[in-house]
Amino acid sequence: MDWELLRDGLSWAMLLGGAAFSLIGGLGILRMPDIYTRMHAASLTDTMGAILILGGLMIQGGLTLVTAKLVLTLFFLLFTSPVSTHALAAAALTDTRTALQARDDGTLAPTEVDLPDDQDALDIAADEAARQSIRDEESRA
Amino acid sequence: MFHAVGLGLVMYLLWLVLSGHYTGLLMTLGAISCAFIVWIVHRMDAIDHEAFPVHLSLRGTVFWPWLLWEIVKSNVDVAKIILDPRLPISPTVVRVPASQKTEFGRVIFANSITLTPGTMSVHMEDHTIVVHALTRSGADGLLNDDEMDRRVCKLEGSC
Amino acid sequence: MFIAAAAAILATIAMAIARAVKGPSVWDRILAANMVGTKTVLLIAVLGFLTNRPEWGDIALAYTLINFVGVIAVLKFFRYRSLGGPSSGIDDVGEV
Repeated sequence: MDWELLRDGLSWAMLLGGAAFSLIGGLGILRMPDIYTRMHAASLTDTMGAILILGGLMIQGGLTLVTAKLVLTLFFLLFTSPVSTHALAAAALTDTRTALQARDDGTLAPTEVDLPDDQDALDIAADEAARQSIRDEESRA
Repeated sequence: MFHAVGLGLVMYLLWLVLSGHYTGLLMTLGAISCAFIVWIVHRMDAIDHEAFPVHLSLRGTVFWPWLLWEIVKSNVDVAKIILDPRLPISPTVVRVPASQKTEFGRVIFANSITLTPGTMSVHMEDHTIVVHALTRSGADGLLNDDEMDRRVCKLEGSC
Repeated sequence: MFIAAAAAILATIAMAIARAVKGPSVWDRILAANMVGTKTVLLIAVLGFLTNRPEWGDIALAYTLINFVGVIAVLKFFRYRSLGGPSSGIDDVGEV
């Protein structure tokens, strides 16, 4: 049994698989109809693309410090990507308030998403209004 | 105290892995900077079980491989949808109950939902997570099968 | 084989840039920018092996964290129209 060949074959397969998932995700963000569905496609490259490509490189690296760094990179990537995805989705939803959703007859239509008011944004708007009224007072005085 | 020492040790281990130079002077400098950071974090009063979740690492050995397998499965599903020329999507927004006791556990649950492609948490209320799903069947799967919820509960140790 | 992976990553970056140019909303552009950032991390790692200098992994590691902080900062700015000064009422990045 030729371990060298097996190792190279496995890492090449993982690299090619990761490359394929990246391309599919890229195709997805071009094809999908709205921001939220595009984010699903982007998470394809963030998870599987990263896992397979970095995994393939780890096999190439062997048991060295380089591999340890790749493991750390993958670890941080898998911890940060859901947070930024969630932040982006939450920010987009407070802005647009609607998402493309499927109706019962199978067509897609923008539908309002029922969410409670965003307290942070309201606080900031109130602060801004208060500052504006102070400025008005000062300019009148 | 236990958390402070643990945090310092983990940071020193990280420092050793990242540096790759093992001479006395550099290792001493690394230890000093780790101690300095622990002191700063202590001053910020941020050392607790959230900054250093040691209680999750043992139970995590069951959870993370399971989550990885879920990610692989849902990745293949989403890839099939994207490559399908008809683009068979039916985006749906649903509310998923999160039964975890602590906020930390619910964050892990929401992040696990986001990490699996096809479902994405967009908003969190107290014990409900608003989830955007790429297909209606994916949303139904999350509502009808609470395996992920149960596993995060078990990871958290609350049920 | 590293060349094939690098080429695929570059093609993905090109697609993300196409989405960033097309828009239509600012959120689509942030999504594309985030994706370019993630792909750049992978590209740096692959190029390190391609050029036989795998210590580029350090740079990839740092870029992961910079990319995360950058995306969160940009999102916070576009959601609140400010980065949160002492009087703006936001003192918590985690709620963005």
